[in-house]
Amino acid sequence: MLQEAQTKRSSDIVVVENLVKRFGRFTALNDVNLSVRTGERIVVCGPSGSGKSTLIRCLNRIEKHDSGRIVIDGLELTDRMTDVTCVRREVGMVFQSFNLFPHLSVVENCMLAPMKVRGLSRPDAHERAIGLLRKVRIHDQADKYPGQLSGGQQQRVAIARALCMQPRIMLFDEPTSALDPEMVNEVLETMVELARDGMTMVCVTHEMGFAREVADRVVFMDRGGVVEEADPDTFFRAPRTERARGFLRQIIH
Amino acid sequence: MFGVLFEQAADGQRYIDWLLSGLGWTLALAFFGWWIAFAVGLVVGIGRTVQNGMIAALARLYVEIFRNIPVLVQMFLWYFVLPELLPNALGNAIKQMSPPWGSFFPALVCLGLYTAARIAEQVRAGIEALPKGQTEAAHALGLTGYMTYRYVIVPQALRLIVPSLTSEVMGIYKNTSVALTIGLMELTAQARQISEATFQTFTAFGAATLIYLGLALIAYQSMVLIDRAVRIPGTTPAKDAIEPRLADDVQPVGSLPEAMEVVK
Amino acid sequence: MNSLDFSIVLQAWPYLWSGLLFSLALTAAAFVIGMSLGTCFALVQHFELPVIGRVVRGYIALIRSIPLILVLFWFFFLVPIVLGHLGGSGRPIPIGATWTAFITFGLFEAAYYSEIIRVGLRAVNRGQFEACQALALSTFDTYRCVILPQVLRVASPIILSQTIILFQDTSLVYVLSLTDLLGAASKLAQLNGRLVEMYLVVAVVYLGISSAASQCVASLRKRYAIAGTHR
Repeated sequence: MLQEAQTKRSSDIVVVENLVKRFGRFTALNDVNLSVRTGERIVVCGPSGSGKSTLIRCLNRIEKHDSGRIVIDGLELTDRMTDVTCVRREVGMVFQSFNLFPHLSVVENCMLAPMKVRGLSRPDAHERAIGLLRKVRIHDQADKYPGQLSGGQQQRVAIARALCMQPRIMLFDEPTSALDPEMVNEVLETMVELARDGMTMVCVTHEMGFAREVADRVVFMDRGGVVEEADPDTFFRAPRTERARGFLRQIIH
Repeated sequence: MFGVLFEQAADGQRYIDWLLSGLGWTLALAFFGWWIAFAVGLVVGIGRTVQNGMIAALARLYVEIFRNIPVLVQMFLWYFVLPELLPNALGNAIKQMSPPWGSFFPALVCLGLYTAARIAEQVRAGIEALPKGQTEAAHALGLTGYMTYRYVIVPQALRLIVPSLTSEVMGIYKNTSVALTIGLMELTAQARQISEATFQTFTAFGAATLIYLGLALIAYQSMVLIDRAVRIPGTTPAKDAIEPRLADDVQPVGSLPEAMEVVK
Repeated sequence: MNSLDFSIVLQAWPYLWSGLLFSLALTAAAFVIGMSLGTCFALVQHFELPVIGRVVRGYIALIRSIPLILVLFWFFFLVPIVLGHLGGSGRPIPIGATWTAFITFGLFEAAYYSEIIRVGLRAVNRGQFEACQALALSTFDTYRCVILPQVLRVASPIILSQTIILFQDTSLVYVLSLTDLLGAASKLAQLNGRLVEMYLVVAVVYLGISSAASQCVASLRKRYAIAGTHR
């Protein structure tokens, strides 16, 4: 029993301890603790302003935390840029607003970081990019520019772009919130496939269907703290806290 | 360092008086030139936006010609060429104007009409930036075309372009120095004259530079005040006037206002 | 009114042509120097480097507040002195009006280009920087491969308009008695007394080149406007 707990601990790929993040006088994250095992799929949800986006943006140091510890795959995130770069190489991120590079074609978007950061040759990067674009079923648009694609297509390109770095963890920051309703599914399907392949994922999302289908654990946040953590079944059927019940009532009606 | 400025020059005046007289010409040229530019620019700018194709084409021709010939060449055209092209009597009358005025008036007309072309473009940009609903609402209320422009469009457009008008003010006062090429003893010319008379180049140019800097500051400050005075309550302040108006922080890449060229 | 005789211009054309080439060379050199230096200036301000950022900001404010002619006079006077100090001899090194013009226009235009690029940098969406961070791109690669290409592309119509103004402004080297297009015309006009024809032709040449270039910029702008609607 004890031994099992220890092996569990050592396979934690993300460890967050006592994390605090302030914006000026506003405390966005207040003493947050979280750990993610390799291969685990976590869905983080909560009302807007609860700090869920801030949390995953801290995980690859897009935001700098004020105190507490973040350890990703054995490396602690500090001011040391070499460590930060190492972590970012292993952590892919998908943004709410896609953030594709508008001046590069779809395939070039996917090739840039592997060539510059991983040192891949152009043909290798191209081959890998096409392969992953095929995986997200958008390889026929490889030579178009982001501005010529629909929102759902752009978001799938963004997923492929992150995958091209062959990350060990994928972070999703409300990947479907900026999409028209009819495009949400194509992106969710891609994410579900990714989950089936065994990718470690941390997703901030309001898509409760997705959470039910793939999440190993749902983390409910409110006012800068983790209020409840449970497997999706328990969380949706019998939330323990009043705040979680209120939140679920609001999004499920 | 500036002590030499208070010494007497060969003509009995002090050098500082030379500078001040130069400043006077610079200011006169910039001030009157600005009003010519503003009046003509407003008319031409509005002309570019009207439905009448003939007027719009003429306005466009004006802008094309006056914007695409260097201001120095225009200066020469007004000063050297125009009197030759006019009937002899008139041409000779112009050539015989007494010294400062013979340079001042061509320079004034030149700078006024040159700057007018630039202002016309700002005015047009301001008008085109207004939502179409404004014209439609005015027409729906039964306003005539003239009234629509006079009471609805132009007042709003001018408020929008206050910041870019600042840079045109700075543009025209800097361009006054071009008048030295046709013999007007404005600020830069006086500075050079002092430097040649005293060999104190640092002092002479330094003093002129400080004066120009002061003028830029005044132009900037007064435009900030004007902007505050004419702002419509409930609207956001105009953008930082001195800088080229590429975009606000929030504006997405891909849409930049047209009227952002920088003047000097 | 005297009769006009444009045949004189035909005879003078080779000389005018060499003047025009000088104007174009000066424009090109000032563009290259101004853009490279201006980009550096803009980046220095963008990174908010402590001392040098303020120095650059002060330089730009100064240059933008005083007339180009005065700047030309300043450099004509200062550059030999500065070069003398750099050379170690302390004595001014005269370099002639031509070199002064190239240096002055380069340094002068840098202030204007840098403002365009600086504002362009501010207009880049923050998400672009975040995406680069998430992909672990180095700062150098972030700016070289992602940020600057976007800024230059978006600002290109404005940069080109500025360059057209630069081309017109090169005529001010007249005050250094250089033989650019206008300088050539003015020298000939003093020889043959044909002021009217000379200056009219020069005006038409400037008009033709500048408005053709403006048309190109306008069509470029339109193309980008259409591309932008896809977003």
